[in-house]
Amino acid sequence: MALLEIRNLSVRFGSKTATPVVEGMDLRLEAGEILGIVGESGSGKSVTMMALMGLIAAPGIVTADALTFAGQDLLQLSARAKRQIIGKDISMIFQDPMTSLNPSYTVGYQLGEVLKQHLGLKGSAARQRAIELLELVEIPGATARLDAYPHQLSGGMSQRVAIAMAIACQPKLLIADEPTTALDVTIQAQIMELLLRLQREHNMALIMITHDLAVVAEMAQRVCVMYAGQAVELGRVPALFQHPAHPYTEALLKAIPEHSVGAARLSTLPGIVPGRYDRPRGCLLAPRCPYRQEHCQDSRPHLEPHGGGAVRCHFPLTEATA
Amino acid sequence: MLSFILKRLGLLVPTFFGVTLLTFSLIRMIPGDPVEVMMGERKVDPELHAQAMQRLGLDQPLYKQYFDYIGQLLQGDLGQSLVSRESVWHEFTALFPATLELSIAAILIASLLGLIAGVVAALKRGSMLDHGIMGLALTGYSMPIFWWGLILIMFFSVQLGWTPVSGRIDLFFDVPPVTGFMLIDTLYLDDEGVWLDALHHLILPAVVLATIPLAVIARMTRSSMLEVLGEDYVRTARAKGLSPARVVFVHALRNALIPVLTVIGLQVGTLMAGAVLTETIFSWPGIGKWLIDAISRRDYPVVQNGILLIATLVILVNFVVDVLYGIANPRIRHAG
Repeated sequence: MALLEIRNLSVRFGSKTATPVVEGMDLRLEAGEILGIVGESGSGKSVTMMALMGLIAAPGIVTADALTFAGQDLLQLSARAKRQIIGKDISMIFQDPMTSLNPSYTVGYQLGEVLKQHLGLKGSAARQRAIELLELVEIPGATARLDAYPHQLSGGMSQRVAIAMAIACQPKLLIADEPTTALDVTIQAQIMELLLRLQREHNMALIMITHDLAVVAEMAQRVCVMYAGQAVELGRVPALFQHPAHPYTEALLKAIPEHSVGAARLSTLPGIVPGRYDRPRGCLLAPRCPYRQEHCQDSRPHLEPHGGGAVRCHFPLTEATA
Repeated sequence: MLSFILKRLGLLVPTFFGVTLLTFSLIRMIPGDPVEVMMGERKVDPELHAQAMQRLGLDQPLYKQYFDYIGQLLQGDLGQSLVSRESVWHEFTALFPATLELSIAAILIASLLGLIAGVVAALKRGSMLDHGIMGLALTGYSMPIFWWGLILIMFFSVQLGWTPVSGRIDLFFDVPPVTGFMLIDTLYLDDEGVWLDALHHLILPAVVLATIPLAVIARMTRSSMLEVLGEDYVRTARAKGLSPARVVFVHALRNALIPVLTVIGLQVGTLMAGAVLTETIFSWPGIGKWLIDAISRRDYPVVQNGILLIATLVILVNFVVDVLYGIANPRIRHAG
């Protein structure tokens, strides 16, 4: 049984008939698996994960056919029951560590809060565990850091604290929403290594949201490519990068500067992502797709099994065409 | 922090001179003088009038009167009332506790209700409740305080008879002043009835005085809460699986309070201005009523120095609020 199963998840803002920000999202994740979600800004990567965490507040509306985690149907659970899973079995770290920690409370307080909420740890037991957690995320002088306020920490240190908070209850699934985007390059590598080590040691499933295809290629076992609120391609890592089946995936790969060494211009996809009010009737990529045909402009493709994964395209690329 | 305090103290000097100059000239611009007012409607014998003016030193040219006044002030002499012959400082300290009691009651009501209303409005943003609360707040803010006071007296005191019309305590009770706070002094009498009577007297003027600050605090709390609720760390708190109450009160409110605290501090000035009207309406024997009486008697030293003392107080309170601000906000505390 899969650890996480998302079927036909949609997120809308305003009303049930509003244009979806995330549309018909399907995702399966096995225990201990590492999944990368890539796509440009606004493609719905973060919103999908926020919906899973129950962090979409009104006027946002989340609908799905299934949203199952470790055998529990998250759609059926009461808010209270869901809060016993969120932050404990599923936890999340966010993009900007400098604003993700509450400026008014010490690191120890914010860590202790999770330990008290989910594990019932208090007082010196909580403090002891907090120190262990800070040591686990390689924060030097952990005991002293407990009494520090977030503004006294660097970005890298803050992200380590956020990670410590997220893994405090040994979650089965950790969602990292662009955990290194706001950090220096050298720190980025350290944080990635840390996440991988923790994933291995605790056998957590890890969902890594990122813009960075190189990170996905290096870390993830599977990848999900998103475009305009839809998953357009799912696949295993080396295969998807070697033989992309969706024209958008292919375009993303071509846009990596390293792939254009020697070429005069960097390859780009013309046009822009469709907005809320100008979504095409057919395939959402059709206006920009170099391979589009008549049919693409009239009919919306579904995510269909393809090779080892799945693709949302009427005319998936084969090795010959790509 | 030290340079901050010194800078603040440095700012006091021009403020003091501004206040003295303003009150000195404004009170003298009102037609009539202390002697005329004392003599009342009767025709004043010009010779007697001149004599009295000379005795009070009011026959001197204005600039000389002003410099004499400043000279006195610099020696720490706040002068005496022309009417009662009591020292201004004594009168002020005798009456101030009444105003302070009223103001504390008002600011407590305003802060408590204002915070609750603001938080509720922010959490129910866009709902009828939100619109209702904000509409009431706007009405409260725009209300002429003397009119509002009279309406409340008419309804609660005259129609319903729930509260007394005026004063601090029923005339039957003789409460010896210990602290000057009626709610505390009446406790020494060991008679619950007297304490309740004091509370009954306090409630309506305190509500009237609290109205404008309450509206301001409610609006400020709402906008500050809305801003904080959108912050990343509130999302983090939710992602930790904390209860909504904990997210709102522990994580959001603490941060939202920082600008609200400043606003509460600034309301002290409004409170003093409001106290003048409120005390007059309710015959509350505090410095507001004292000042109004002094103005109508053209009691120059009382008006000048009474206002100076109030101005000093407002400045000091704002200073204290700045320090409190540092306590609520660790980022400022550590910068010092």
